[in-house]
Amino acid sequence: MRNESLKDIAIKELLLQLADDDFIHSYRGAEWLGLAPHIEEDVASASISQDTMGHAAIYYKLLDELGEGDADKLAHDRPAKERRNAIILELVNGPGHYMKDPDYDWAFAVVRNYFYTQAKAIKVQSLHSCSYEPLAEVAQKVQMELYYHLMHWKTWFVQLLGSGHLEAVSRMKAAIGKTMPDFAGVFSLGQYGEEMVELGLIEGEAVLQKKWIEAITPIFESVGLAATIQIGMARGDGRNGQHTEDLEKALKTLSEVYASDKAASW
Amino acid sequence: MNVLLNDMAGEEKLNQFIARIEAGEKIEADDWMPEEYRGTLIKLISMHGISEIMGALPEKEWVPKAPTLNRKLGIMAKVQDEMGHGQLLLRVAEDLLKPYSKKRDDLMQDLFKGDLKFHNVFHMEAKSWGDAGLIGWLVDGAAIISQTNMLGASYGPYARALQRICAEEVFHAQHGEAIIMALAEGTEEQRKLVQDSINYWWESLLLFFGPPSKKEVGTSKQDITIKYKIRTSTNEELRQAFFSKYVKRILSLGFSIPDETLRFDKESETWIYQQPDWGKLKVFARNEGPRSQDRLSLRRNSYEKNKWVREALAPKII
Repeated sequence: MRNESLKDIAIKELLLQLADDDFIHSYRGAEWLGLAPHIEEDVASASISQDTMGHAAIYYKLLDELGEGDADKLAHDRPAKERRNAIILELVNGPGHYMKDPDYDWAFAVVRNYFYTQAKAIKVQSLHSCSYEPLAEVAQKVQMELYYHLMHWKTWFVQLLGSGHLEAVSRMKAAIGKTMPDFAGVFSLGQYGEEMVELGLIEGEAVLQKKWIEAITPIFESVGLAATIQIGMARGDGRNGQHTEDLEKALKTLSEVYASDKAASW
Repeated sequence: MNVLLNDMAGEEKLNQFIARIEAGEKIEADDWMPEEYRGTLIKLISMHGISEIMGALPEKEWVPKAPTLNRKLGIMAKVQDEMGHGQLLLRVAEDLLKPYSKKRDDLMQDLFKGDLKFHNVFHMEAKSWGDAGLIGWLVDGAAIISQTNMLGASYGPYARALQRICAEEVFHAQHGEAIIMALAEGTEEQRKLVQDSINYWWESLLLFFGPPSKKEVGTSKQDITIKYKIRTSTNEELRQAFFSKYVKRILSLGFSIPDETLRFDKESETWIYQQPDWGKLKVFARNEGPRSQDRLSLRRNSYEKNKWVREALAPKII
């Protein structure tokens, strides 16, 4: 056992949560490549997924610098039970495989992406005053890109819900209903959450969640949705290593080539 | 009388048009152009555009599978660029299609019906990470040779789109080369990935430049495209340029090329090579290549599954 201070542990936990969230979120986005509703959207969302993978890489590299091991190993070589991402982010885009008969739901993509990007924006804003300076610096950079991501997904959310198109509205409502029950997992800070707050790394779960609700309520109201926003962790808390089979499968794909020879240079 | 006058005017227009392109002027979207020129451009540019889009699909498989974070970022950027090229080119094609009241939707339908073709290389399977590297290195390398040949195209919008596309393709080729170099300097298994890829892709790379003349497949657009100054070199000249650029590079990395007859003939200053099976170009054109139907079905899938999205976004007719 290494003799780590509580602060070191809390910093690493937080970095793992941030990294794993973006890593799996980017993967779900990349599965949409070539399948988005139109070509312009394909280019835009591919760019967002790429930025998001870039954010994950930055967090893994910070962990690398803290002695947690090689960034590529952290990204590719940790089993599902060691992953800290929120469960809502690992769920499949829909039935089928990204190369064969994908039955993906754009409404679910829009809702999950908008909710997550708004939540990420609030967390990143909070990280501006993080007592761990390298993370506060990273937050500045991430926020610049996040501005556009949020604008993008908010536009989709409002356009589809405000379209008056029956199928679009009903699909979007169903997607909201599918996303809410697990969405609180994004705000969970895991077992070292209290320490993170005490050490001034990030604001507490309840504060972050409240800010998120404040941010999305006017958007809900603008499209005539009742702002009864109730989120939960129906399938468990990913921060504590609870995950679904969807993550296991995703990790297998993400690490297929890496795992074929872990010692090789790629 | 009127008909005769119109014909005269038409002939004069044509002469003026030819004089303009002979003088190196650029033709713009709203300028008068002969039907043959417009038709040739539509075929060429819509095929180029849709090929960029279909070309994202073989590489897509390897986006999540890329073995390191940097490789993931690299290939994500590349596939996004390809989609961007597709979008840029379809916009150019859409302008040309205006007089026929055709739109992007019609191009997609043409693709699904098999009327709009996509490049032979994108009908092939990308079986391994080695293939993902090789596509960047040699397929994009071949594309750079073929596209720089049209940088001076008489049609301004296409020439300008190609300026940007070629600049990005250079990055793609470097991205591919970096993957291949890492594998070439790696383990036996990694080197085998590269050799297997070269063996699998070689014939497709030769086919990529098109037949040397009409006699191989019955038709060839190269004469018309040269006549209208859309391109300068012939298919064979481009293929020769590809050999000159890449044969030495492949061999110097210690890999072999699956053609024992390949050699440079000093006297004629040309590469002598085993002719590929030109009949395969027809097979691909009929969408009967190894992955033709899978790729089309992915594209169709996205088109049909997202119909509700397009409808919801369409301007409302009141």
